Amino acid sequence: MTTALRTHELGKRYGRSRHWALKDCTLELPAGRVVGLVGPNGAGKSTLLGLAAGMLVPTAGRIEVLDEGPSSGAEHQARVGYVSQDAPTYRGMSVADHLRIGSHLNPRWDDALVRDRIDRLGIDLRRRTGSLSGGQRAQIALTMAIGKRPELLILDEPVAALDPLARREFMQDLMEAVAEQDLTVVLSSHLVSDLERACDYVVVLVDSEVRVAGDLDDLLASHRRMTGARRPSDAGPAGHHVVTASHTDRQSTLIVRTGGPAVDPSWDVTPLGLEDLVLAYLRGDASYERPRPTVEVIR
Amino acid sequence: MIEFHLDSRSGVSAYLQLVQQVRRALRLGLLDEGDQLPTVKDVARQLAINPNTVLKAYRDLERDGLVAPRPGVGTFVTRTLTDNTLAAHGPLRTDLQRWLSKARRAGLDDESIEALFMTTFRAASEEDIA
Amino acid sequence: MIWLTWRQLRVQAIPVAAAVALLLVALAITGPGIVDAAEDGARSFLTGLSADAFKVTLYYVGIAAAYVFPLVVGAFWGAPMVARELEARTHRLAWSQSVTRTRWLAVKLLGAALVTVSVAGLLSWGVTWWAGPIERAIATGEGTGPFMVSRIEPAVFGARGLVPIGYAVLALAIGVLAGLMVRRTVAAMAVTLVLVLGVQLFVGIVVRAQLVEPEKATSSITEENLVGLMVEGASGPGDAIENVSEIRVETGRTGTWELSNVTLDADGERMRSLPVWVADCGGPPPGESAQAGARAACFDRLADEGYRQQVTWHPSSAFWTLQWRETALLLVVALGLGGLCFWRIRGDAP
Repeated sequence: MTTALRTHELGKRYGRSRHWALKDCTLELPAGRVVGLVGPNGAGKSTLLGLAAGMLVPTAGRIEVLDEGPSSGAEHQARVGYVSQDAPTYRGMSVADHLRIGSHLNPRWDDALVRDRIDRLGIDLRRRTGSLSGGQRAQIALTMAIGKRPELLILDEPVAALDPLARREFMQDLMEAVAEQDLTVVLSSHLVSDLERACDYVVVLVDSEVRVAGDLDDLLASHRRMTGARRPSDAGPAGHHVVTASHTDRQSTLIVRTGGPAVDPSWDVTPLGLEDLVLAYLRGDASYERPRPTVEVIR
Repeated sequence: MIEFHLDSRSGVSAYLQLVQQVRRALRLGLLDEGDQLPTVKDVARQLAINPNTVLKAYRDLERDGLVAPRPGVGTFVTRTLTDNTLAAHGPLRTDLQRWLSKARRAGLDDESIEALFMTTFRAASEEDIA
Repeated sequence: MIWLTWRQLRVQAIPVAAAVALLLVALAITGPGIVDAAEDGARSFLTGLSADAFKVTLYYVGIAAAYVFPLVVGAFWGAPMVARELEARTHRLAWSQSVTRTRWLAVKLLGAALVTVSVAGLLSWGVTWWAGPIERAIATGEGTGPFMVSRIEPAVFGARGLVPIGYAVLALAIGVLAGLMVRRTVAAMAVTLVLVLGVQLFVGIVVRAQLVEPEKATSSITEENLVGLMVEGASGPGDAIENVSEIRVETGRTGTWELSNVTLDADGERMRSLPVWVADCGGPPPGESAQAGARAACFDRLADEGYRQQVTWHPSSAFWTLQWRETALLLVVALGLGGLCFWRIRGDAP
């Protein structure tokens, strides 16, 4: 199985609202990667992840998870781990109770792995999860998701409410799990810096739509910042797709996506970090030619 | 065993930094033939980075013939970079110090010295490739 | 999933079960004494019992417990079942384990239903058994003091036999569905309480009487069988009576549930109110002396003018038929509501 998640013009509208939380989403997320879903609040990240996890039903289009529909039954659910926002746990139950839930409800539950993780986290099994810190609760939720030995792990803003240390520890544990198991991870976040280290595939969602998606290295290699003398229009050199353009009275700055090397010597060309790339797509508005969701790089 | 670190602001991609750190360790003699590099899992965990990044770095080094994987065990150094260059370091350092004092006496500031060195170095590298 | 069901239910289930057990213990201790007392002296049995404050209290507590139990089941076992998960968003944790939502709900519902039926069954059986001698005595017409209501009458019927089980199971279904729709635990509990109470009242007052065809008999009105006369307008001695609104006649049958006791005129039409002269059948108004023959003349006139009394009732022998049918009805509705829960749990997870 080479594609972990495949969507075709997937759309979601909640209830009778007229606003589309997600529209026209066409993606092919390769297996074995750590996919970062990035975008502002309300962009549709939780909606997309909820659809992938079988929590929501599509209003339009199709979605396939691990080559099956998301609501294909218990066996499919065993292959997918999901931690929703705020990492919910049963506050009145102990950590040990949660582990029992995991072992009773999941056929491939790896109890040794889970106990080892909890041990290393230094969390007492008898404590009620309600008495743990937010970071510890997030770790418990992640442990439960990893413990069922899924093929795909879906994490909705897993570190949003955590302090920097807890965040680092969470990401460390996640990367270790990815290294140990044959795992595809799809996680959403505001924090691009975390994503840059952890992800090797990025999807940018803005205003319910996918703006760009692709291999992280390919994206970074194919986007440039070009600065030069003030130009009258927003058009860049031929073959370069302009993502954003900004002008002062003397200077124009473009962020472009391109397949080939920059040939125009009147531009000063510099590479772009992931944060700036994402910001460019966050700012770029729909008046520009919509890029195709997967980036092809000519090698 | 060496320990990696990442400078997120250096502008250099993570995997390249890992490659450079291994090469530097080899050059300085911190790593010898037969030494084991940290496992992919340990590096991924310690730095909170994608294991594929570590794999890519190790594969680069393997392609350059510096390391080789032993399946199920780890990645081991097969060749160091010190060999005969370490001996030449001493005289070269002395030469460089002399050149630097000459440059200062000529009135060059730090930036000019660095720019002069980098442009000459780059031009020379291109000549080498050509 | 069975483990999880019990783990989540036990906090609410154990206190309730303990209270029921306590009651059952009290009933078990005092029950045999009542059986003996009934066998010894039938006539003074109930009189003696009325003097025993503890047993009288136990009698009322038993009835109250059987009526309150469905309310507790609905509000404390049913409503929080799904509502608490939705409110705390733990349903996203539960539904991302390797069980489908359908199976999750099915095991929780059936598990709670099993516990409900067991506890309700024990409670009802205990209370019914304990009150058996009392109700047999009432049925033979010896009711006295607090022990006047026969088991088929509305006040007691819902606390005997099988129907408490039916109400409890229905209350559970109502609670779970309310929790699913309201999605807030406390609000769902309140809604459930109102609905369950409403069901108890509605079925008891409106539906039950229709479950079995009642018995009907028409008789003439005589001095012997007249038991009550209601007049309007005479607020004090010497006031003129405006009309007679109702008369009631004794049927001579015991242990029945009387549904209606109405006067028919010569054409067979039901009389809403009766002429003023009918008041004489009830004897002289207070403070006045009897007029010779006035009463007898009144009854004769009633007979002459064709007035007859029609009584409809359910006999005590209809008790178990009513019990089975009502329980079946409640269980069918419960099943339907349960099905609705499964339909409702599909779609978007809240």
